[in-house]
Amino acid sequence: MSVLVYTESDQGKFKKVAFEVASYAKAVATQMGTTVTAIAINANDVSELGTYGVDKVLKVNNQKLDTFNAKTYADIIKQAAQKENTKVVIVSSSADSKYLAPLLAVGLDAGYASNVVEAPTSASPFTVKRTAFTNKAFNFTTIDTDVKIVGVSNNAFGLAENPSSATVEDFSPSVLDNGVHVDSVDKASNKVSIADADIVVSGGRGLKGPENWGMIEDLANVLGAATACSKPVSDLGWRPHSEHVGQTGKPVAANLYIAIGISGAIQHLAGINASKVKVVINTDPEAPFFKAADYGVVGDAFDVVPRLTEKLKAFKAQQ
Amino acid sequence: MKILVCISHVPDTTSKINFTDGDTKFDTNGVQFVINPNDEFGLTRAMWFKEKQGATVDVINVGGPETEPTLRKALAIGADGAIRVNTPATDGFSVAKQLANVVKDGGYDLVIAGRESIDYNGGMVPGMLAELIGANFVTNCIGLEVDGTNAKAIREIDGGKETVSTTLPLVIGGQKGLVEESDLRIPNMRGIMMARQKPLKVLEPVNATQETNSVKFEKPAPKGAVKLVSPDNLDELISLLHNEAKVI
Ligand SMILES: Cc1cc2nc3c(=O)[nH]c(=O)nc-3n(C[C@H](O)[C@H](O)[C@H](O)COP(=O)(O)OP(=O)(O)OC[C@H]3O[C@@H](n4cnc5c(N)ncnc54)[C@H](O)[C@@H]3O)c2cc1C
Ligand SMILES: Nc1ncnc2c1ncn2[C@@H]1O[C@H](COP(=O)(O)O)[C@@H](O)[C@H]1O
Repeated sequence: MSVLVYTESDQGKFKKVAFEVASYAKAVATQMGTTVTAIAINANDVSELGTYGVDKVLKVNNQKLDTFNAKTYADIIKQAAQKENTKVVIVSSSADSKYLAPLLAVGLDAGYASNVVEAPTSASPFTVKRTAFTNKAFNFTTIDTDVKIVGVSNNAFGLAENPSSATVEDFSPSVLDNGVHVDSVDKASNKVSIADADIVVSGGRGLKGPENWGMIEDLANVLGAATACSKPVSDLGWRPHSEHVGQTGKPVAANLYIAIGISGAIQHLAGINASKVKVVINTDPEAPFFKAADYGVVGDAFDVVPRLTEKLKAFKAQQ
Repeated sequence: MKILVCISHVPDTTSKINFTDGDTKFDTNGVQFVINPNDEFGLTRAMWFKEKQGATVDVINVGGPETEPTLRKALAIGADGAIRVNTPATDGFSVAKQLANVVKDGGYDLVIAGRESIDYNGGMVPGMLAELIGANFVTNCIGLEVDGTNAKAIREIDGGKETVSTTLPLVIGGQKGLVEESDLRIPNMRGIMMARQKPLKVLEPVNATQETNSVKFEKPAPKGAVKLVSPDNLDELISLLHNEAKVI
């Protein structure tokens, strides 16, 4: 009857979202008067999950699972859910979780709501608040099936410590072979990804050309931030597609989003609005982004950004 | 190869979003509807398959009669035929069920859907569809080549991309990258004229239960005014971000 949460890891280490979904699962379990079971696949040290209220960890270790495969992973979570007689499964909004959740939903005959931003507003009928219209609105949705899947939006619920001593159980599910084979993974291991980042530094057409991205990267490095860009910047080939954020690009739900030389078109704002704090640096005081931002500097990026980076370096050194 | 492109009919990206009937319904008043941007990339990719590899391309929407102009636009872009399943799209699962029925009956080898629709942002229809029909599934797809029954796809992942090999029947959740922005086709006069002659078949829905129900909408709270910091006083910005916003 416990709430089951899929806690993702990357190369043996939990991703930050793992702790956020665990915190969320604890809130649901409390509402329902039950416990939290986590399923961890090839994570080395699972003890940390106890900090966020997990009561029991199903620990899967299998070399065949080193590379993520949506269908295989969905099948393992399904086996865990059935073994635990789970009524609610919690997943994150990472690209991997969004890939596997619809497959899991069909497998478990479960209704699925994605992009959920708060603990359920009611346990019966089971009602969640999710974003819709790319962050231009919220939608309250009931999940009416016996088994339910909730996909939690990144950085929306946050981390909540609820120390408990999690028991660990080794779990050896059958590993399904399927028709999608990963041939190669091409991932910059030294860069923070937009999905994982607390802080995102984003550049627009105001930067004039790809040769000027050094200052964006310098600022991002000081802050431990990911780099992103507006759509025209990726369309022009100044930056890779994977950095394009907005309504038709990657969604950003960071704690801090710094927009440099970006005008703030509605399609751009829609995709980044879920970020908590927004800072804009733009020469044009009339740029629409100032209306959506928390802090703004009206100024030339070529002057402001290098100085801001230096000052942040000094600030970080003092901390 | 028989290709089906799933088209979701969504408000234009610049639309003001409002609600009616006690915030239970989306207010379509004055709203322009378009082909979901992710599906537009998929449709163009399908046109390339047709032109280079001799595929037939149908488009489909699950929705009421109001979605027909969107399907006609897809026909004008070059699809051979259109199908509308005559039932409102009320949740991801029931839409996937309707699509699954058409895919099975129509013997489609490749289904191109979008990564997500920009109205409900469910990101669930393509995966559910694949699972319902027992097809392979690749989402966040930014590249696709098909050779016989073998397919190679490139998928965007957090922080990079991966290459996968798979086989037909296949469902993909596509996005920009499948083709580039500059490759997108705008219907021309001839296309629009030809679209009028092309078949738009209306099918009645099969039984499908809804698993989720939308109860109510809410708009985000209005934002407070921006705090401006002088470019000569960047220390203040750092102090605000550290002490007030607590984000650095
Ligand atoms: C269907 C559709 C989907 C779209 N989806 C997206 C999306 O997902 N993401 C997205 O970003 N866009 C999207 N767009 C495009 C969007 O409408 C805008 O065109 C785009 O966001 C503008 O990018 P920009 O702000 O970089 O460029 P611009 O609008 O050209 O703005 C550049 C800004 O830089 C400022 N500037 C110039 N010089 C300097 C300087 N030296 N220092 C500081 N500031 C300077 C200017 O004042 C200006 O505000 C979409 C459009 C459509 C039609
Ligand atoms: N009503 C619909 N009719 C046809 N295709 C749809 C419909 N809804 C969603 N889709 C397809 O599924 C994709 C993802 O939609 P969603 O799961 O709603 O985010 C869309 O990009 C479409 O390709």
